[in-house]
Formats: sequence, structure tokens, C-alpha cells
Amino acid sequence: MTPRSAVPMTLTQLGPGERAVVAGLAGGRRLMARMASLGFVPGVEVVMVQNLGRGALIVQVHQARLALGRGEAHRILIVRPHPRVPA
Amino acid sequence: MSPSDTGEITVALAGPPNVGKSTVFNLLTGLHQHVGNWTGKTVERKEGTFQFGRTSFRVIDLPGTYSLTAASPEELVAREFIIRERPDMVVAVLNAALLEHGLYLVAELLSLRVPVIIGLNMMDVARNEGLAIEPEVLSAALGLPVIPMEASSKGGIKDLVKAIAEVAEGVRVQEPHRPEIREDHRSVLDRTEGLIEDLDLGPYPHDWAALKLLEGDEEISRITAAAAPADRWEEILRLLKKHEDALVAVASGRYAWVERMVRAALVRPQAGPISLTHRIDRWLTHPAWGLLAFAAVMSAVFFLTYAIGIPLQGFLEKAVIQNLQGLVGGWTSAGPWWVQGALVEGFLGGLGTLLTFVPILVLFFGLTAILEDVGYLARAAFIMDRFMHAMHLHGKSCLPLIIGFGCNVPGVLGTRIIESTRARLLTMFLVPLVPCTGRMAVIAFLAPLFFGERAPLVTVGLILLALGLLFATGLIGGRLFFRQDDSPFIMELPLYHIPNLRTIRRIVQRQSLEFLRKAFFVILPVSLIVWALSRFPGGEAGSSYLAGFSRALEPAGALMGFDWRLIVALLAGFIAKENALAVLAVLFGAGEGAALGDLIASAYPPATGLAFMASQLLFIPCAATVAAFKQESRSWRLTIYNMLYLFLLSAAVSIAVYQVARRI
Repeated sequence: MTPRSAVPMTLTQLGPGERAVVAGLAGGRRLMARMASLGFVPGVEVVMVQNLGRGALIVQVHQARLALGRGEAHRILIVRPHPRVPA
Repeated sequence: MSPSDTGEITVALAGPPNVGKSTVFNLLTGLHQHVGNWTGKTVERKEGTFQFGRTSFRVIDLPGTYSLTAASPEELVAREFIIRERPDMVVAVLNAALLEHGLYLVAELLSLRVPVIIGLNMMDVARNEGLAIEPEVLSAALGLPVIPMEASSKGGIKDLVKAIAEVAEGVRVQEPHRPEIREDHRSVLDRTEGLIEDLDLGPYPHDWAALKLLEGDEEISRITAAAAPADRWEEILRLLKKHEDALVAVASGRYAWVERMVRAALVRPQAGPISLTHRIDRWLTHPAWGLLAFAAVMSAVFFLTYAIGIPLQGFLEKAVIQNLQGLVGGWTSAGPWWVQGALVEGFLGGLGTLLTFVPILVLFFGLTAILEDVGYLARAAFIMDRFMHAMHLHGKSCLPLIIGFGCNVPGVLGTRIIESTRARLLTMFLVPLVPCTGRMAVIAFLAPLFFGERAPLVTVGLILLALGLLFATGLIGGRLFFRQDDSPFIMELPLYHIPNLRTIRRIVQRQSLEFLRKAFFVILPVSLIVWALSRFPGGEAGSSYLAGFSRALEPAGALMGFDWRLIVALLAGFIAKENALAVLAVLFGAGEGAALGDLIASAYPPATGLAFMASQLLFIPCAATVAAFKQESRSWRLTIYNMLYLFLLSAAVSIAVYQVARRI
């Protein structure tokens, strides 16, 4: 296992090309069910494809590319395998 | 029902969207198919048959879904069919390039205890993405038949039929490895199952229902609440409340199972995802280039429609309708004037309107189907998403609105790509505010008459007025009818692939015929009624009931500067918007000698002209659009609300325009 940063962040904070692991989901049941069925479940690796700092973003989960709104992405908690804290 | 009872084997096709399931369905059933709707739902139901050896098979194409929760009508339809009608087997069509997502659905199917065959489609797309998949290894891991397929070139379909026949004959006994809930929630699941095991849940298996309760499934909660004594339901609720995170545990369990299944069978590319899709998307989802590409694609769609559709429309009008009218007019010339008129102008005129829709519909349906199948529509929706948020809508709503510029009818029909019902209805409500080509034809004729050189400016101003009102309506509608979270924006961006033209032809054929069949019964009666009103009692337009009615409305019309003739023209536009000009020509007696333009220009001041053009843009849409609205909304009430809203809006705006303009 790679060491993971202790501080959870939301998917919106992940920059393009960066990888992270889903840590949890927040939000209403319908939204959570929808996100979970598309692969956003704890332990799954995600790769940010496009994140412009505002507006919808594109994430790769498994081999699938998913577009999701910022509000939705904000409900997905992630941890980064390689924390960017100074050594 | 077992096969021996009916001599027919029922096969359900399941699978996520964008996996080529329709193509597999068409390959299996050929021409032996029937399309309808699931009872009480707007979800399309496709059914077909095929013969193999001496056995006949009935194939049901279930709606495309990622899972079997109760979150959407499509998912509900799919799982209700499997649970209630117990098909002999389910063929899960998956996209080999998106194996994990597809297997998530398979995990759900397996917990319904139905025999499953996996049609692993798009093996070519997976290869292009750099994925190496071994179907035999996957089959061994799952304990299910896995058939590699490339349906777009008919690859693997024979093997699939063979596998279906083998499962039907019981040659292949299935002992699949089923997914389990995550370890830490196993005892909760057991306790839930214990609480419901003696309840009568109808066709729903108890272990499956327990799982769905943990997932917070609304439908199953309702059914269990109805079947359980009050205190028991209380107890179940308490347990579920304590474990609200169970939903994630269930989904995690399924994905852990998926990971185990693919571990040996799938080799992912070593380097990062520099696939074809990735390279194309760098441009097409780019905030600036993507917008440009979107504008280019849409321009191409409009160009094709104008370059091919409009001339074809004119040809149909001349070659078919006018010839028919001449022929029928000749046959009936001996009879009373109204027989000839009703047949030639009412019936054939209406038929002509309907017929001239065909080229535009076919082109729009065809082009959008191609764009969707290639995978572009999802990118377009992504690009446009930021512009739609103020109205609480998502990017997908943008497409029907843009299509509406060509013709409102495919615009309204195009709203079916929007999943959320509320967003779909709101978008549908907005489409008639988009200025279509029929209305623009009237504006293009009138604007130069009143405004000469400034006509382009006035035209653009009018279009902006209509779009501004569209936006305002959407803003208010969005505020009034939406709650937060109503329609989450999560959308798959499918991997690009070559479209299957036969599938597209089928879609176009089906959608066009479906609309024409329904519109036939709206447009023809409307055409006949409007014709009768504009001719009876005397046979002259100027002394007809419609003219009398319009004269009675003149006091109201005066507020916007209209006389009775303009009111008649506005009302007659209900058959087709471009009719307004033809009607005015009749009322002004414009023939070979006098040009209609001069007559109109000298009859009305510019303020009236401007108000009339504004009302023309905003008034109740044509009958064909109303028919489409009713078909898609499935609600006369909403259809009438829409007409009423547009009526009031156009009246208010025209009055305002006239009162302001005549003072300048």
C-alpha cells in the first residue's frame, strides 16, 4: 500500500492528470446511488482528466470517462496516495 | 413460465447505455420486431423474435441502465421485467472497453438469480484503447458464458445465438460466483433479512429485497412498509437508520467483486491513458476550442438541413402535393365548391404540411443519431453545461433548443435525451420560444417591407427578444420547479467509435414514422377545421366565420395595431407558420398584378409591422409542434398550459412593442 495523506479532500481539488482514491460519498441517497453505480465507491482510483477550477469536470474511473457537475464532484471525498506536503 | 409451457424462450437484453445493445437486438431479430412503450411509462419497449433450430425465441430489449436501483424509470422498468416476467435468461451486453462498469450491472443481475450470458461487445474499441481482454479467463472467473463480439460488423452474433440456445436447452448449468456485501455490513444484512423473511413481498426475493432496503431503495421500502406490521416496519427503519452508509457498502462489495473478476482477464495499458478518445477530447472538451467545434458541428447540421432539406421540401410540395391538388381539383370541379375546397385546400393542404416535415425530420433525426452514436452529443452537452446552469438545466437541454432553430418539432422530440423528467418538461416548455425556419420565413419577408435597410438589425433584435424571453422563462421556471439535487449532472462520455449505419437508419425510420402517425391525426383535422372556418358560409375568405371572429377581436387587436386580416393570418399560422403569408395574400387579393409586399407595406405603419412580427415569433406554435409536445409530455394539461402561456406572452409583448414603437 502506498502511504495516503490523512487529510481528506473533495474531488474538485484534484488537478488535471492527478490520481486519487475515493474515500467516501456525501449527499442525498439518490445522488449517492447514482455516483456509486458509476464507480465512485471507496477504494476505487480516479484520475482527473479536466478540471478548470470552475464548471463541470471530467474524471476517469476505471476505463470510463465521466463528466460531472462541480456540485456533484464536491460530494466525493478523496485521499491522495502521494501527499504533496513538503518532506 | 418454463419454456415447455409456451414453446417459446424469453431472452431479455440488458446493458448500460452506449454499448451497442440496439445493434445486437437488430442483428438477433432482423425485421421481426415491434416497438411500443412500457405500460404507463415514456420508456420505449422493443420486442422481437427469432428462430434457431426448432426453437423460437422472444427477445425483449430492456432500457439501457448502469444499475438496477429505482432511481430512474428505465431502471425500474428493467428490473420489474426481470422480477415479474422471469425471462428464461438475460443477455448482458457490455462494452469491453468499459468492462468494470458493465460488470457492476451483471453483479446486480446475478442477485436476481436469473441465468446470465455476457455479450462482450466492442472488442475492437477495447483493442484501440490498448486493453487486452481474455474472454475465456473472464468466463471462468464469473462462471458465466462470455461471448466476445463486434456487433457493428456482425462479429460474434452466431456464437451468441449458440450460447443462448445452449442455456435454453440446459446444456450449460450456471454456477456463477455472486458478489457479497462488504464484510463489515454482513451482519446488518442478515438481520434485515431476518426481519422480512416471513413477509409477503409478492414476486420479490427476500434476500434481494433485504439488499435493496440497505441501499435505501424507495420502491422496495414502500412495498415492505405495506407488507409489514407497523411495529416491525419501525424496527426495520431503526436498523436502517443506524446503518445509513450501507448503500456505499453494498456498492463497494459489488465493485470489489468486479475487481476480482477482471483481475486475471484484463490487462490495462502500461502508459497513461493516451488513447484515441483522450487525444480527440483534448480539443472537443476544451473550453474554447470545444465551443468552436460545437459551433462548427451545429453549423454543419444546419447547412445540411438547409442545403438538402429545404429544396427537398419544395420538391415534395410541387411534385407531389400540387400535382395531386391539380388532379383532385379537376375530378371534383363539377361538384359543389366546398367539396373541392375541403379536399384540395383542407385535406391535401394539410397532408402537404405533414409531408414537407419529412425531409427535415429525417435529416435532423439522422444527424443527431449519428452524433450520438459516435459519442459527440455527450461532449456537446458537457461544453454547453455552463450556459444552462442559471436555468437549473444541464448541458443536454441545450441540444433540443438548438435543434429547435431548424424546426420546433424535432426540438420537442429531441428532449427525450434528457433523463430527469422535470428538466425534460422545462426544456420542452422552452423549445417553442426558439424561432424556427417557418417563423423566420415570415419575418424575412416582412422586415424589409417595413424597415428597408435596417431589416437585418430588426430581425436580429427580434430573435434576441425571443431568446431573452426564453431565458427569462427558463430562469423563472427553474426557480419555481426545481429543488437542489433534482437532476445531478453525471454523464458518461462514451469512447469514440464508428457508428453503425443500419442501427441509425432504424432509429430514424422509427422516430419519423412514430411522429408522422401521431401528427396525422392532429394536423389533418386542424387543417380541415381552419379551412372550413376560413371559407364558410359563403366561400369567400373575407366573409368567412374566421374573418367574422377576427373582426370581433379587432378591439383587442387594436391594442397591438392589428386589423382583422392580421388576426386571421396569425390564427391561420396554427397549421404552419409560413401559412401566414399565403393567408395575407388571399385576404389582400394579391394576385399576378399586385405584389403582396407593396399592399402590406401601404396598409400598416411600421409599429404594427413590428408588433406583428413579434407576435408571429412568440404565438402558439404550429399544430405539428403542439402534437409533438403532447406526444412527449403525455399530458394535455401541460400542452394547454404551454399554449396558454405563449398566447399571453405574445399578446403582452406585442402590445408593449406596438405601444412603444408608435410613439417613437
